[in-house]
Amino acid sequence: MKTKELKITGSEAVIQCLKAEDVKTIFGYPGGAIMPIYDALFDHLEEVNHILTRHEQGAIHAAQGYARTSGKTGVVFATSGPGATNLITGLADALIDSTPLVCITGQVASHLLGTDAFQETDVMGISMPVTKWNCQVTNAEDIAPTLAKAFYIASSGRPGPVLVDITKDAQFQAVDFSYKKCSSIRSYQPQPKLNVEQVQAAANLLNEAKKPLMIVGQGIMLSNAEEELLTFAEKSGIPVASTLLGLGVFPAKHPLFVGMVGMHGNYAPNVKTNECDVLLAVGMRFDDRVTGDVSRYAKQAKVVHIDIDAAEINKIIKADAPVLADAKEALAVLTDLVEKQNHQDWLDEFHQAKQNELQVLSKNRNKNFSDELRMDLVIDLLSQKTNGNAVVVTDVGQHQMMAAQFYQYNQTKSNVTSGGLGTMGFALPAAIGAKLANPEKQVVAIIGDGGFQMTLQELGTMMQNNIGVKIIILNNGYLGMVRQWQQMFFEKRYSFTNIQSPDFVALAASYNIKGQKVEKQEDLSNALDQLLNTENAFLLEVKVAKEDNVFPMVPTGASVAEIRLQ
Amino acid sequence: MERLNQTFTVSIFTENTIGMLNRITIIFTRRHLNIDSITASETEMKNVHRYTIVLKTTREQIDKVVGQIDKLIDVLKAFVHQDDEVVHQEIALYKIKTTELKTNNVEQVVRENFAKILTVDPEFIIIEKTGHKAETQVLFEKLKPFGILEFARSGRVAVTKPMKELSTYLKELENN
Ligand SMILES: Cc1ncc(C[n+]2csc(CCOP(=O)(O)OP(=O)(O)O)c2C)c(N)n1
Ligand SMILES: [Mg+2]
Repeated sequence: MKTKELKITGSEAVIQCLKAEDVKTIFGYPGGAIMPIYDALFDHLEEVNHILTRHEQGAIHAAQGYARTSGKTGVVFATSGPGATNLITGLADALIDSTPLVCITGQVASHLLGTDAFQETDVMGISMPVTKWNCQVTNAEDIAPTLAKAFYIASSGRPGPVLVDITKDAQFQAVDFSYKKCSSIRSYQPQPKLNVEQVQAAANLLNEAKKPLMIVGQGIMLSNAEEELLTFAEKSGIPVASTLLGLGVFPAKHPLFVGMVGMHGNYAPNVKTNECDVLLAVGMRFDDRVTGDVSRYAKQAKVVHIDIDAAEINKIIKADAPVLADAKEALAVLTDLVEKQNHQDWLDEFHQAKQNELQVLSKNRNKNFSDELRMDLVIDLLSQKTNGNAVVVTDVGQHQMMAAQFYQYNQTKSNVTSGGLGTMGFALPAAIGAKLANPEKQVVAIIGDGGFQMTLQELGTMMQNNIGVKIIILNNGYLGMVRQWQQMFFEKRYSFTNIQSPDFVALAASYNIKGQKVEKQEDLSNALDQLLNTENAFLLEVKVAKEDNVFPMVPTGASVAEIRLQ
Repeated sequence: MERLNQTFTVSIFTENTIGMLNRITIIFTRRHLNIDSITASETEMKNVHRYTIVLKTTREQIDKVVGQIDKLIDVLKAFVHQDDEVVHQEIALYKIKTTELKTNNVEQVVRENFAKILTVDPEFIIIEKTGHKAETQVLFEKLKPFGILEFARSGRVAVTKPMKELSTYLKELENN
């Protein structure tokens, strides 16, 4: 698409670019160096919505939640200096979790660059390691081509965050505007050409396999390969396990689904990673939280690794059959090349182990916390009441792992959590973004008492924009996940993990958000109904057992086969 | 085995954009790798720049580093080579007192080492030697007794022995 030329300011050009990229929502926070852009935005509020958050970190996490549940690129505005530095955590989070973002930061006028001017920071230098690409613009005429490139880079191939830093003088300059979408950059090959021989090699291994296991990651979602995955799984009969970020790409209720891998994943998929004969990994990157001790990971198995990012192949686990390709394309071809099979006995082993796992876990919890409320009970009930169809946004800690284990994610793009970076404070703003992208869906944020206090200011954003996020605070009075490690590995020396909280329900009320607190098992069901049936936002605080632990667990340094149930 | 540290020459071809050097070096920094030398210049193709980085590390490590460099948006292509796969050269400049030239056999040292005298000032002379690092180091040791006032050695420049022409490679990229 090419729009006709006319002279406008650089700031106006920014807004025109966003319109040309079909941006509907911007998350941001104004300040001196980005004021001209905010001024231009003021004339376009009919076409582009802007959400004023309470902190730039909130803005970028909201954009992440928006992007991850819509498949679109999230857009963020921030001013220079502290505005830009407040984005850094979100950029790092989006980079490691492959989330497409375009962040536009204002910068001091170009003649002041490098002079320690008011609110000048080296945003290019600071953001370089945490962006897929960044670029500074000092001329208005570069705005359109740079933003076109930014949107292309952010969303293509393995997605990621891009930052464009625009000096204030460039925002004021007049320019002949025309916008041309970017569709190629010679130094960048986002979509590797599928090599059918590689897929054939993978198919040969899979056709011979007696005990194949598949691990799927977020890559399935990023390449929109959910249907191809389903067709492939049903034809090949291979049990499907998922990484944390992969939850939802394959319906949890499907008979072939066998649970989550990794440190707090399910028993069978972890143990059987070290028993399978072929391990098929699709759109995942063998994070250390997935592999445990790499030197004792899947040594017996032939590994097939499908990934779009060449740098991921052989980075951690050597692939016997690497397939450098988009998952959607690769799975479609692979489906044609594999024989129809049924691995029922092998599959049954997973399901039996799952039953056993659930029994052991609940038996132990019933023994230790007989009539207390517990995270697993809350999430299990929430999952039942929503049929696994809600968008669930989680923070970081015990509650995050409990949600991953007990929520039955049946829908793709319904699981939003900070996986790679593990950013506490992520959930509340991310849920705001998710709700804005999915106004018709039930969006539930599950957050710990610690993490909630990192970004609770975003309740203000919910209030001002009437955003109906449902918040569940699982309050155990501790920075629970760290406390669990202190209990297990530091002789119960609870150094600074005991945390006090305000009255969360009163706090919500002060933001005009309804709330309720429950402390007894018998009150849980009604409280969840109230949460789910309230049209607007709702905050439910659940007092849960203080010293419960997340199991199963692969302790650091152990092999996945050494996973512990207690 | 794989763990052994070896010398590698990394050749990186990039677009001519601001911050490229920084983008490249942070990939080494992240992995706590120390760069021995680095040079940068324009190539035979306009706007295509070449970085030559020399370092000691393991094969396993360098392959991953190069993969991550290759992934940078403005990098056209990155290669890694062992010493026997490249023809490489460094340049060294040595400054010594002119009086030494008269009184001692600097001349002989220069001849024997295939070095050359670039300039003779009333006070100092500048000797230039190109070669491998070991060779420029030998000359350094030999000149040391005469008193070296100043010494500078460049990073390695290298061209690979077997390689497609860069222009063919770029065409492939553009047609992809
Ligand atoms: C920004 C940030 N700081 C510190 C940590 C380390 N950390 C991981 S989990 C955790 C405890 C979280 O406590 P809470 O939010 O109450 O959740 P719980 O584990 O109790 O469910 C901490 C401190 C982190 N992940 N992120
Ligand atoms: Mg807690």
